[in-house]
Amino acid sequence: MNFWYDPVNFIAHWLTSLLTGWGVAGWIASVIIQLIGVVLLISLMMVFDIFLVWVERKVVARFQDRLGPNRVGPFGIFQPFADIIKLIIKEDITPAGADKVVYNLAPILSMMSVLLLWAIIPLAPVIFGVDLNVGALYIVAAGSIGTLSIIMAAWSSNNKYALIGAFRQVAVLISFEIPMIATMLIPTILAGSMGMNEIVQGQQTVWYVVLAPMAAIIFMIAAIAELGRSPFDLNEAESEIVAGFHIEYTGMKFGLFFAGELLHAFTFGGFWAILFLGGYHFFGLENLGPLVAVIILLAKAMFGYWVIMWIKYTMMRIRIDHMLAFNWKFLTPLAFVLLMLTALMNTLLRGTSTGVYILGMLLTNVLLGWIIVEILRGYSRGERQKTEGVAPATATAHR
Amino acid sequence: MTAMQIFFLIVGLVILGSALMVVTTHNLIHAALWLIVTLFGVAVLYAILNASFLAVVQVVVYIGAIAILFIFAVMLTRKEIRDHGPQLNSGWWLNVIIALLTFGGLLWMLQSWNGFSKTAADFPSSYDAVGQLGKALISPDAFVLPFEVASVLLLAALVGAVYIAFNPHSGDFRK
Repeated sequence: MNFWYDPVNFIAHWLTSLLTGWGVAGWIASVIIQLIGVVLLISLMMVFDIFLVWVERKVVARFQDRLGPNRVGPFGIFQPFADIIKLIIKEDITPAGADKVVYNLAPILSMMSVLLLWAIIPLAPVIFGVDLNVGALYIVAAGSIGTLSIIMAAWSSNNKYALIGAFRQVAVLISFEIPMIATMLIPTILAGSMGMNEIVQGQQTVWYVVLAPMAAIIFMIAAIAELGRSPFDLNEAESEIVAGFHIEYTGMKFGLFFAGELLHAFTFGGFWAILFLGGYHFFGLENLGPLVAVIILLAKAMFGYWVIMWIKYTMMRIRIDHMLAFNWKFLTPLAFVLLMLTALMNTLLRGTSTGVYILGMLLTNVLLGWIIVEILRGYSRGERQKTEGVAPATATAHR
Repeated sequence: MTAMQIFFLIVGLVILGSALMVVTTHNLIHAALWLIVTLFGVAVLYAILNASFLAVVQVVVYIGAIAILFIFAVMLTRKEIRDHGPQLNSGWWLNVIIALLTFGGLLWMLQSWNGFSKTAADFPSSYDAVGQLGKALISPDAFVLPFEVASVLLLAALVGAVYIAFNPHSGDFRK
């Protein structure tokens, strides 16, 4: 095995042989290696998180026609370190009447629920935490721990605004989980497995965004809602409930929530890339070596993260009843129809050639999207006529 | 004692201890949080037994949905979270006897079963447990009938919930 081709597995094998050479039992050696791997991955992600703060601030500045951080270091890249020092030296306040244990546990759980997700992300064909055969469900399970952390934070801080924020967030999470699971089942149908590795390997010839573009869009919407980012940021709507569930948190505890949110957004960008954008595949470039594959995946995750930021800084906040109606009356039925249609078309077209298969799946999605747009247009025309009592401008122009 | 057995004992102690905390703590939210620890412990047990699907479903359904609904119900319905009343009623000794008898009976029954002292066999690496479970759930000579009956039951519950929440006299629904 060549060091420069696959350094991670090379070092792992070398360490294993070193430890067994010292007389350590085989299973203890593998436990030690895996522990080192876990600690390395988590540290890498936490350090990457610091970088994400800078990316977020730079990108939002560009969207708002500003420069963003530009004083500390080249392009302001050391700004996050100044932020961290500021967060650490702030007073650590625990409000009177707070439930101390739960209050301190919540930020840790929040960060943990994000880091848990990295266990199943295949960074490269040979570099991954674990190849879980129920990967898609695992994402939802880790998300439910995140929900739990929000409730714990809100309840334990003994603050009404925090509690309202948590109620809103849980309403969002529970409802948007359904279209999310339904759309995650579509790559599962196409790949024939819930495991992330097999889903990525199934996209060798064609990315699933071509076979299921509607699913990719719905997954992105549901992911943004799950993250609690704008336009679904009702949980911390500044103009209504100050800061939502983390209103009482100061210093580094708030920092953990904040860092968790950024890393969560990046992670879901990564899952979007894995489920729909081909994971580490990029026109055969991934065959150069595992490290190239890792860079490809991180770049694609960055693209997903950028899309999330793009939507966040472009859209306004949606009212809660609009948002729930949007989910239950539009997104959920659409996701289920899409799931059934994909399963049906996948079975019908399985025997045909690759070209026909790709074209058939794409046409199904385009057709469904067209029908949806027509239904929505008819609905909004009806609503307009009901409220205004006059025909819309386009109809009067033809008269 | 293998590493797996030690791990199993630790998880079992955590499950029992947290389950005890659920019924002894005075704070209802704390009881719900301890219940989550118990349910998570059960998920870990499934994971030890190589039943990864059940482990993940346990977390999704019990922690992600049921426990969070518990916490919601407690927070929305009770002003006073802390419970001040006595925790035992006069019939506690009868319940202890029945619980011990049930446990003893189960233990006695299981001891005559030849699988009691067996260790779980490892799956071969290519064995697709989730696929087998999925096939069993929809195959006519396995569990398709209970599966469909359960889904009809859930649908009936859903329709019932909508019917209870639906009030035709509340005016325009779309507002």
